[in-house]
Amino acid sequence: MTEVIYDGTYEGWLTAVFDVYEYKLADIVFTKNETSGALLFATSHLVATDISKAKRVLDGLKQHLSPEGLADMYKAFLSELPQIEETMFQFARHVFSNSKNVEGDYSNNAVWDLRKATRLTRKESHRMEAFVRFKLTKDQLYYAIIEPDCDVLPLIESHFKNRYADQRWLIYDGKRKYGIYYDLENVSTVELQFDMKATSFKHSTEICDAEEDFFQNLWRRYFNSVNIESRKNMKLHIQHMPKRYWKHLIEKIPNVNDYK
Amino acid sequence: MNERVMEKLGILADAAKYDVSCSSALSKRENKNKGLGNAKGYGICHAYTEDGRCVSLLKILLTNHCIFDCAYCVSRKSNDIKRAAFTVQEVVDLTIGFYRRNYIEGLFLSSGIFDNPDYTMERLVRIAKKLRSEHNFNGYIHLKAIPGASEALLKEAGLYADRLSVNVEMPTEQSLKLLAPDKNHIDVISPMKYLKNEIIGHKEEKKSNYKTPLFAPAGQSTQMVIGATQENDLEILGMADYFYQQMNMKRVYYSGYVPISYDNRLPAIGTPVPMIRENRLYQADWLIRYYGFNVNEIVGFNHPNLDLDIDPKLGWALRNLDQFPVDINTADLELIKRIPGIGYLSAQKIVAARKFKKLCPHDLQKMGIAYSRSKYFLAFATPFQLQKDLTSIQIRDHILNFQKSKYKNDFSNQLSLF
Repeated sequence: MTEVIYDGTYEGWLTAVFDVYEYKLADIVFTKNETSGALLFATSHLVATDISKAKRVLDGLKQHLSPEGLADMYKAFLSELPQIEETMFQFARHVFSNSKNVEGDYSNNAVWDLRKATRLTRKESHRMEAFVRFKLTKDQLYYAIIEPDCDVLPLIESHFKNRYADQRWLIYDGKRKYGIYYDLENVSTVELQFDMKATSFKHSTEICDAEEDFFQNLWRRYFNSVNIESRKNMKLHIQHMPKRYWKHLIEKIPNVNDYK
Repeated sequence: MNERVMEKLGILADAAKYDVSCSSALSKRENKNKGLGNAKGYGICHAYTEDGRCVSLLKILLTNHCIFDCAYCVSRKSNDIKRAAFTVQEVVDLTIGFYRRNYIEGLFLSSGIFDNPDYTMERLVRIAKKLRSEHNFNGYIHLKAIPGASEALLKEAGLYADRLSVNVEMPTEQSLKLLAPDKNHIDVISPMKYLKNEIIGHKEEKKSNYKTPLFAPAGQSTQMVIGATQENDLEILGMADYFYQQMNMKRVYYSGYVPISYDNRLPAIGTPVPMIRENRLYQADWLIRYYGFNVNEIVGFNHPNLDLDIDPKLGWALRNLDQFPVDINTADLELIKRIPGIGYLSAQKIVAARKFKKLCPHDLQKMGIAYSRSKYFLAFATPFQLQKDLTSIQIRDHILNFQKSKYKNDFSNQLSLF
């Protein structure tokens, strides 16, 4: 078994695929730099990310896939599922070994597994378009913290840029420790150590706009008023709004003032 | 904005919640000149209440003061409840404040009728106009068309709103007469007709002149209350079909009646909400709109009500066993969509996947198809697996024994009424 070590980026993975074909590596497992500890495998291959090699693989895929199919591979990569690199590699092999487009070959394991990963990412990026809850700071920045399972920020960027074109905003991924920031012109990726305790009540009154707390309470009041008690269905509620997201959803966090 | 707004929001959101429409889809309204908001044509559900319903729009009444006394309505004149009214500016501020924080997709504004229909409609229009022209707001706006309002106001509403709706509320005229003596069926139907023609007219004109303004680009919808009166599903779906065919409705909503009154014309307080029936009606509605079914195939004079135990597609299949088995490796897409257990997307997946190899039962299971239900209706070249000796009653029992209904608890509750 050969361990193929790459830097964890999409370009790095594409370069790795190039190397696997170039050096005819067989029986491979992919490992990210950071997670690779002691050598568990007999042989290993260290990938040096190379944009031109990555591009050749990408161009090869482009010839066999629709634009959507190509984008789906990137989405699968962002799912960060265990062994996603192997799934993607199986899929890429299936793509290269067929002359026609195999995207619809759903009874093939590689196609189906890739589709599952793609759908996971797509579903969560749609959820994040819904579950981002902006808070307004004193200097008129709308900021939100999310902790998604998949790395969705690259996918939701344009949605928020188009929608909130006239306000500065920051969406921070607390799990991956980076955010996207819009300055009224462009969106840029920012790496910062955001203090997660910033969500605490005391902290938020220090940094937030005077009306922020009131708006959050209005939203809570609205959310509770539109519920129909005689139709209560918690199973459905949790299915649509899984508990792992609750800590950043204002309507699911009781108002601190209620306990005073 | 002050504490009084908080109290009003509680009252006027509570009064609006029985209107079930929450769609924010079907309208493409692009952000212009760095304004606020952008709609791409698909809806986003920002939250879900504990009853499992989605919250996409800020759904409120402008006021719950009303001159009408419709028995099924919580805001009826004779009901002893707290009354409130928003100002135009308050609704605008709430919408913008919520939208900027990404709580909502937009506004769904309805109202009780105070003074007269035009007076009420004029205020709804003014709010939409203010959002669009003063705030450059491109989020979703759904306005209620108040029955009896002038056509000039409806026309203006269509220029600002993405969707307009007039609720028919009762499936038949007799029920409307019984429960809403102040209302006429014609007051509901005529604005629908007017809107239909305006929507079609603007669409046509836009084809030749791209500068033609948008007019309710997400079309119109309506709602029927289910279970408050005696109509059967044949009458309800027949009415829905009329709206789809004759009024170009984008959606008909079915709202299971939530008992809110001691009025003896209505089900008593404590009567369970007919949630299963509501669910079956939506399934039937989907069959008509997306699966190519005719309403007569789903309900008829011999079977005027949908079977609560099984879904309407399975019901149809059991009445039409002569159409089965279907060979999914060769059949048309339209026919595959009619197989119980195979949904719209699954049918498309099957048609795509069979180009690569002949599909076998194992492949279907992997592709997430409800094989335990569909197997009674499928044929495979080899091995030939059709259980052809089963009668429709046997198949029904097999399927019911196998599946655990998500409504099981409600069943006992609801069926004991009959």
